Amino acid sequence: MIEVRSLPPLATVQDLGRDGYWAQGLGRAGAMDPVSHRLANLLLGNDVTAATLEIPMTPGQLRFGARMAFALTGAACGAMLDSRPLPRIFAGIAEAGQTLALGPMQSGARVYLALTGGIDVPMVLGSRSTQLREGFGGFAGRVLRPGDTLQPASDRLPCLPANGLSLTSPTFPLPAGTIKLRALRAAEYDEFTPAAQAAFWSGAYQITPQSNRQGYRLEGADLSRTSSQELRSHGIVPGIVQVPNGGQPIIQLADSATMGGYPKIAAVIEADLWRLGQARPGDRLHFVETDARGAADAERELSETMATVEKQLADVTAQHLAWS
Amino acid sequence: MTDHAISFIGSRALLFQPACAFDLHSQQRIWALAEEAADWPGVREAVPGITNLTLLLEAVPSEPDRILKDLAALWNTGRSKKPKGRLLEVPIIYGGKGGPHLQEVSDITGLSIDEVIRRHVAPDYTVYALGSHAGYCYLGGLDPRLETPRRKVPLPRLPGGSLSLAGLQTGISASTGPSGWNTVGTAEVAFFDPARTPAALLQPGDRIRLIPAEVIA
Repeated sequence: MIEVRSLPPLATVQDLGRDGYWAQGLGRAGAMDPVSHRLANLLLGNDVTAATLEIPMTPGQLRFGARMAFALTGAACGAMLDSRPLPRIFAGIAEAGQTLALGPMQSGARVYLALTGGIDVPMVLGSRSTQLREGFGGFAGRVLRPGDTLQPASDRLPCLPANGLSLTSPTFPLPAGTIKLRALRAAEYDEFTPAAQAAFWSGAYQITPQSNRQGYRLEGADLSRTSSQELRSHGIVPGIVQVPNGGQPIIQLADSATMGGYPKIAAVIEADLWRLGQARPGDRLHFVETDARGAADAERELSETMATVEKQLADVTAQHLAWS
Repeated sequence: MTDHAISFIGSRALLFQPACAFDLHSQQRIWALAEEAADWPGVREAVPGITNLTLLLEAVPSEPDRILKDLAALWNTGRSKKPKGRLLEVPIIYGGKGGPHLQEVSDITGLSIDEVIRRHVAPDYTVYALGSHAGYCYLGGLDPRLETPRRKVPLPRLPGGSLSLAGLQTGISASTGPSGWNTVGTAEVAFFDPARTPAALLQPGDRIRLIPAEVIA
């Protein structure tokens, strides 16, 4: 097992989320940065749907109670295994008694920790993700606290080089400064003034501190709508950009509600949501208009990149096996 | 055809909004549409909204207009679904700590507290759709005399079981969360339980009857 010694009370167990319960009002949950979540699993030879620990704030310390493999991905936080500094993207073996120390985040916003076979928590309604509002799933339906212990679902030790494994390419660069997000026009786009439409695509919207797994409140040029008609409640999904009456947009994320009523100007495409998961208050978002074809191309590119990584890792493992 | 609209709410999610009145009949057509579209290839889930429908898709749709055509054609058949539904009686404690805005609703509507409650418990409310948070029911049938504006400052943590109203809507929250509605009472109902199948207590077409168990003025 691995024990949480200290960690700000925001870390949750997540996987790729819960599908199929939207009509019952239950949202997706799941990793805010699904790319880093997948990568952490791939580094250990796990299925990409295995549960990882999402850590949105550091510093923190975890202590290994037994020899086991682990992987770290996501935000750069100067991680150390006892006295050994670790690369940002890393998989290796920890000995019983060793401490994994995560320092302050230098870039990015979420660190992912994977264990062999995934973090062993019960599957609830088809997923191991934490449903924070409803208080179930993940680790007892809540954020982790000091003293909590996590178990790997498998005690198999994956085939890793003695000094561990990192990844040099692709590097999945963390967003910094201005983050480009491809977005589609949403239902009320045409009701916004030409000035608002222009501002939305050309301006920069800053992420405010009122931001969490549910969504980010943004600050930038006011987006005014020519109609004041109230909308009937309708489905919303992660990535939707809503504009309440004040004119400042909100972007819904992994713990988004399933229905809403605010006007919607745009929808960030799925393939770019992981970048938002690594964005932090103060970062600026730049929305770039795309269409269905652009969204499909972006998804294909991302899955090709993930396939390349998977192949590289398989090659490394094969090579390692051949030499050992 | 052009009366109906389809738009992206995500790269794998489409919102269909037929031109229709906000009433039970339109909603029954939405339920029929959802039932049918749920079986279409590439559709992960068909989710009824309030006189609209969201399709969650397995991939980015290459021809959203084609989906609009199919949905519009199906809508135009006029088919509706009228589930028999069950009736859930919910005892309510009006006012007091759990209903901090009861007096305000009385002031805004110009009705006495007794009259507010009498009108609020009079109808059987039909569950139009579930959403916002797990198990939460959007109800149709509020007395228009009880229409109130949303609150300027939302409550950050309204407890589950809170009975609130705003605009022409009323409902009972299923779990703790933020709310901009006017809260007039509390109930003890487990609207969502992941160990139950289905996890949500009520489905579209079910009805809720509010029973005034106690009034704390």
